[in-house]
Amino acid sequence: MSGQQDTYQQLLPQLFRLEYTKMTAVLCRHFGLKHLAVAEDIASEAFLQATHTWAHKGIPENPTAWLYTVAKNKARDYLKHEQIFEQKVSPQLQANNQVSYPDFDFTEKQIADSQLAMIFAVCDPVNPPAAQIALALQILCGFSITTISHAFLSPAETIKKRLQRARSQLREQNFQVSNLTPEVLATRLPAVHTTLYLLFNEGYFSSGANQVIRQDLCGEALRLALILTTNERTDTPATKALIALFCYQSSRLEARLNDSGEQILFEQQDTSRWNQELIVKGHQYFIDACTGNELSRYHLEAGIAYWHTTVDNPDKWKHILSLYNELIIISYSPVTALNRTFAFAKVYGNKAGIEEALKLRLDNNSYYHSLLGYLYSDAIETAIYHYQKALALTNSEPEKHTIQKEINRLQGL
Amino acid sequence: MKEFLLIFRNSTDPHANPSPEVIQERMNWMAGIAAQNKLADKGNRLSSNQAKTVRPGDVVTDGPYTEIKEFISGYVVVRTETIEEAVALAKKNPILKDGGNIEVRAIIQPNEKH
Repeated sequence: MSGQQDTYQQLLPQLFRLEYTKMTAVLCRHFGLKHLAVAEDIASEAFLQATHTWAHKGIPENPTAWLYTVAKNKARDYLKHEQIFEQKVSPQLQANNQVSYPDFDFTEKQIADSQLAMIFAVCDPVNPPAAQIALALQILCGFSITTISHAFLSPAETIKKRLQRARSQLREQNFQVSNLTPEVLATRLPAVHTTLYLLFNEGYFSSGANQVIRQDLCGEALRLALILTTNERTDTPATKALIALFCYQSSRLEARLNDSGEQILFEQQDTSRWNQELIVKGHQYFIDACTGNELSRYHLEAGIAYWHTTVDNPDKWKHILSLYNELIIISYSPVTALNRTFAFAKVYGNKAGIEEALKLRLDNNSYYHSLLGYLYSDAIETAIYHYQKALALTNSEPEKHTIQKEINRLQGL
Repeated sequence: MKEFLLIFRNSTDPHANPSPEVIQERMNWMAGIAAQNKLADKGNRLSSNQAKTVRPGDVVTDGPYTEIKEFISGYVVVRTETIEEAVALAKKNPILKDGGNIEVRAIIQPNEKH
């Protein structure tokens, strides 16, 4: 008996992760974005009921279908009892002389369409990027406020407020989740790409959050991007390039950390720990992405990530530099500028690299000083000076650790 | 910050079969400016053979060559504090090694006296 209990206790969290956001998406498509909280309540209640019922009666034959049936019934009950049906939906339906309850249909197609609609609803530029990411994590990924606050390294209260503000902004926008026109899909797709890209980066680069959360964020960004491929209007070359980028980057997630959780620099990574399956998947999406004329920043970044997966190609850094050149021209960011300079130094040597780096004048950036520390390999005193500046500028523990190790190494020379 | 137009002039066409090395050098120059966040507009390359000059009296001539030996081959807009800084960026352009030259002109902002 206890064996069965263990199983349902293991199964429910898994199902929750898989199905909760799908369920809310479908319900929300019926109720409208204004009643997102109702959709979430109903989905939560379905899972709550499962914990009670399954504990007593055991796991049903098809747990997912069971959950959806309960959700469906609860949604109908809700419409009856709260009379929302009468007040908001019925006037329209009665005009057509049809009095019937909407059919809460949880087919695969319905779920995919609803999830796509929710992605487009959440990635609303009315909210600042950080709020969009938090919303995405809550509404599209079903993360708890606690988990989100760990991911952002912010107090739960801050995240809660951020989410409340963002949700009320969404309600006011009156975005039509039930009717995504081709125009809406086309105009908002770049904003959706940006949010997913930032969500992925939050997982990939945020140096504070623990490894499990980070991998989750990257995995969720990939999952959501894959949903975009289910609709021909959102399955664009840029979408495919974004997916390729996620696959290439994710392939190195494991290899970036050693057994004690410390970061391993790219050059010292054990390439046998790179996930070949993800690399191959990246190739497939990247080839597909390059069929049209579109060249997005994601194409360039996927290209860079592709070259990073190759080993022993003499022209590797030349290609990477070319891609960074194109990327920095279409979109400036200090990180891109620094990465480009690193590639420049790889092609033209450290001396030329230092000259190029000094022009950037990013004196308050820890990576800038880390880069200079790296490039001044022939001038130990100067290198140490820059690494110490980098150390003082960063708040990230793993980064501090890596820099300190480098300083110790140089001092020992 | 002010914006300056960099006008490239050549007497031979720089867009006719540039070698990969030359392309790389040009890209490095422009990306180097972008990396300093000083690239306001990546501009355009201008064709030397699809070129006409229109004058009063319905006079249209081929290309700008007849009167000007050096023709404009492209332009870029940079964003710097001073014209000296813009000149310093221009000095690094590989066109100078190739017999070309660069004119640096401040862009006059609306309401600005010149």
